[in-house]
Amino acid sequence: MFYREAGDFKTSYVDDSQTFPIKFDRYRYYVVLAVAFGIIPFIINDYWANALLLPFLIYAIAAIGLNILVGYCGQVSLGTGGFMAVGAYACYKLMTAFPDVSMFIHVILAGGITAIVGVLFGLPSLRIKGFYLAVATLAAQFFLVWLFNRVPWFYNYSASGQINAPERDVFGIIITGPNAPAWATYMFCLIFLTFCAVVARNLTRGTTGRKWMAIRDMDIAAEIIGVNPLKAKLTAFAVSSFFVGVSGALFFAVYLGAVEVGEAFGIQKSFLVLFMVIIGGLGSIFGSFAGAAFLVLLPVVLKVVGVDVLGWPTDIVAHLQLVIVGGLIILFLILEPHGLAQLWRVAKEKLRLWPFPH
Amino acid sequence: MKTKLATMALGALMAAGPAVADLVIPSLSYRTGPYAAGGIPFADGYADYFTLLNERDGGIGGVPVNLIECETGYNTEKGVECYESTKGEGALIYQPLSTGITYQLIPKVTADDIPLHTMGYGRTSARNGKVFSHVFNYPANYWDGASGAVNYLLEENGGDLNGKKIALVYHNSAYGKEPIRTLEELSKKHGFELTTLPVDHPGQEQKSQWLQIRREKPDFVLMWGWGVMNQVAIQEAANIRYPMENFIGVWWSGAQHDVLPAGDKANGYKAVTFHAVGDDFPVFDDIKTHVVDAGKAAGAGDQVGTVLYNRGLYSAMLAAEAIKDAQEANGTGDVTPGMVRDAMENLNITEERMAALGMPNFGPTFQVTCENHGGPGLIGVSQWDAGTQTWNLISDFKPTDGEVIGALVEEDSSAYAAENNVEPRCN
Repeated sequence: MFYREAGDFKTSYVDDSQTFPIKFDRYRYYVVLAVAFGIIPFIINDYWANALLLPFLIYAIAAIGLNILVGYCGQVSLGTGGFMAVGAYACYKLMTAFPDVSMFIHVILAGGITAIVGVLFGLPSLRIKGFYLAVATLAAQFFLVWLFNRVPWFYNYSASGQINAPERDVFGIIITGPNAPAWATYMFCLIFLTFCAVVARNLTRGTTGRKWMAIRDMDIAAEIIGVNPLKAKLTAFAVSSFFVGVSGALFFAVYLGAVEVGEAFGIQKSFLVLFMVIIGGLGSIFGSFAGAAFLVLLPVVLKVVGVDVLGWPTDIVAHLQLVIVGGLIILFLILEPHGLAQLWRVAKEKLRLWPFPH
Repeated sequence: MKTKLATMALGALMAAGPAVADLVIPSLSYRTGPYAAGGIPFADGYADYFTLLNERDGGIGGVPVNLIECETGYNTEKGVECYESTKGEGALIYQPLSTGITYQLIPKVTADDIPLHTMGYGRTSARNGKVFSHVFNYPANYWDGASGAVNYLLEENGGDLNGKKIALVYHNSAYGKEPIRTLEELSKKHGFELTTLPVDHPGQEQKSQWLQIRREKPDFVLMWGWGVMNQVAIQEAANIRYPMENFIGVWWSGAQHDVLPAGDKANGYKAVTFHAVGDDFPVFDDIKTHVVDAGKAAGAGDQVGTVLYNRGLYSAMLAAEAIKDAQEANGTGDVTPGMVRDAMENLNITEERMAALGMPNFGPTFQVTCENHGGPGLIGVSQWDAGTQTWNLISDFKPTDGEVIGALVEEDSSAYAAENNVEPRCN
């Protein structure tokens, strides 16, 4: 019904190996881009931006980053919160040290700094695997949070240890601070997300991604066929940390505006992003989006339905939220261990064959 | 038939009516998570006071109050979501009861022209109205609390703390770090030695901190704790047999639920405070008749008269009085957030005013000005009596070290002004 593939011929290898080889998928992708770039910025308000869209966009970047490491390269990491903190603090130091430089450059540099830190903490992955690596990255998480709490230079010696994003702009449009218009913050994050998703998708389709996947599936075999594990693992850590750092910088500078490291980038954040990746689907870019949307939007939707529509007490709704989200996570993992991406994959195969399944 | 139609039409009118001109007051509460123990009584007191006004007086100045409760879980992300969702409803004033959320909201409320009242928490230097136009922290702030505690110790020790050791057990967050700078200045001034012991969120794990206290035997321990951290600290102090009368908490570490778990061992624990304790005030009779007995109490209705319930009540009262002033100044019942802000800047709480509200001597008398958003900062000390299970005021409300605090406020607020290009007001 939806997929009419008859007549959709490919006459070159380039056509055949593009990201969305099916015409219908491709058009849908263009429509999503058109809506995201062309329609939403004109109708967005503060509530939609700050309560729903910004967290979704930013968590999606973090989930893509973690998915590269966990889903594509098979290196379990519990240090996401710590790496987001690196991005946030790097961005803060850059913003306050060079106020005249564009925010774009600050965010990208913050990502770069996080990539370096990520590689540093990725070094143990050459020796240890699986749960042991998870513990090593957990150490990174606690060390980084401790560091940002402990060394006053990172928070410019402020009395409370908080960092506050001053007002900064891109081409004269205010991006951070309270006076930033909703559409500008949204567009800023959207551009980063689009860029990250396209880069991630293409990296994972190419040689680099195939090397990561070879390492994930069996590292000894991969080494025998000529994949350099040092390079493969460290590039995965670098790219993943870059994305996570970008998301941390945006999380602090654009979304929250003021951050306290223990509260915003604690271990819960690492788990939250890991859940996004697992629920969305390991080794899938679409899965990162789906996972982020699921865990960001569902609590808000439940709250709106419970408190605003049904008028229940707020504490009951907050508890129900935990129960329902927890229950759904378990349900999903039992019914579809490969996540929302796999659900979509199966549905798509069915739709492609419909109405004549064989 | 005609009358029936008329009543129906009237009923429809009345049902549609109140939505137009309500006074919207958001309550960013937390009834879940590790800080719920403190969040619930505060939110109950806050809600009950507005329910009382609605039931007894028909609202403020005849306009009913619409209290919108939003659960933050003491989490800044949810706090932002709550702020954005209630802002659109026409919120008149925010009192988030979280230092972390306050830091988020300071720039936002200033841009949106909504007043923010952080009573006894938040950014201390917001007391400087020249820089922070929309933030108020009257009648007392953290640095008053720190100085008040030190002043009390000075008094107890004959005016000399030279060579004494004071340890600060604090929640390792913006909230807990606030007093450190003041205490450092005071330690220089009075010659006591200060040790700081951070406790990480949520605060159940304090064995090593109390081991250190046991080893170093500080003469006094101050605590900046919140939520589950308080009970654990008091229990740990009891376990190492630390003398409770030398253990002083800030006002967020001095409620019934903090000391009850330790039982008799908590006897003698002290906490500084800036408002009265107990339920011996006429306003509680009204709350009983109009709210509790009418079945309209918020939450489980079992918190009436506890320390934090009183604080919620007090903070709601200050908000209501500011709105009343705004209504009188502008001659309209339907005030805007901007009008409320102007009224808060001129708020004058006198003894007569508090007595008329059924809360005589409940808090200090004070006059807010454009320069001073922080009130007088009068600090008293209360002590827990485990036998009768009551908090008793043992030291009257006294002024704090204005010289030290004033200099620090000036320094911190001018740093904020420089960082954010704020033009000083009030000239």
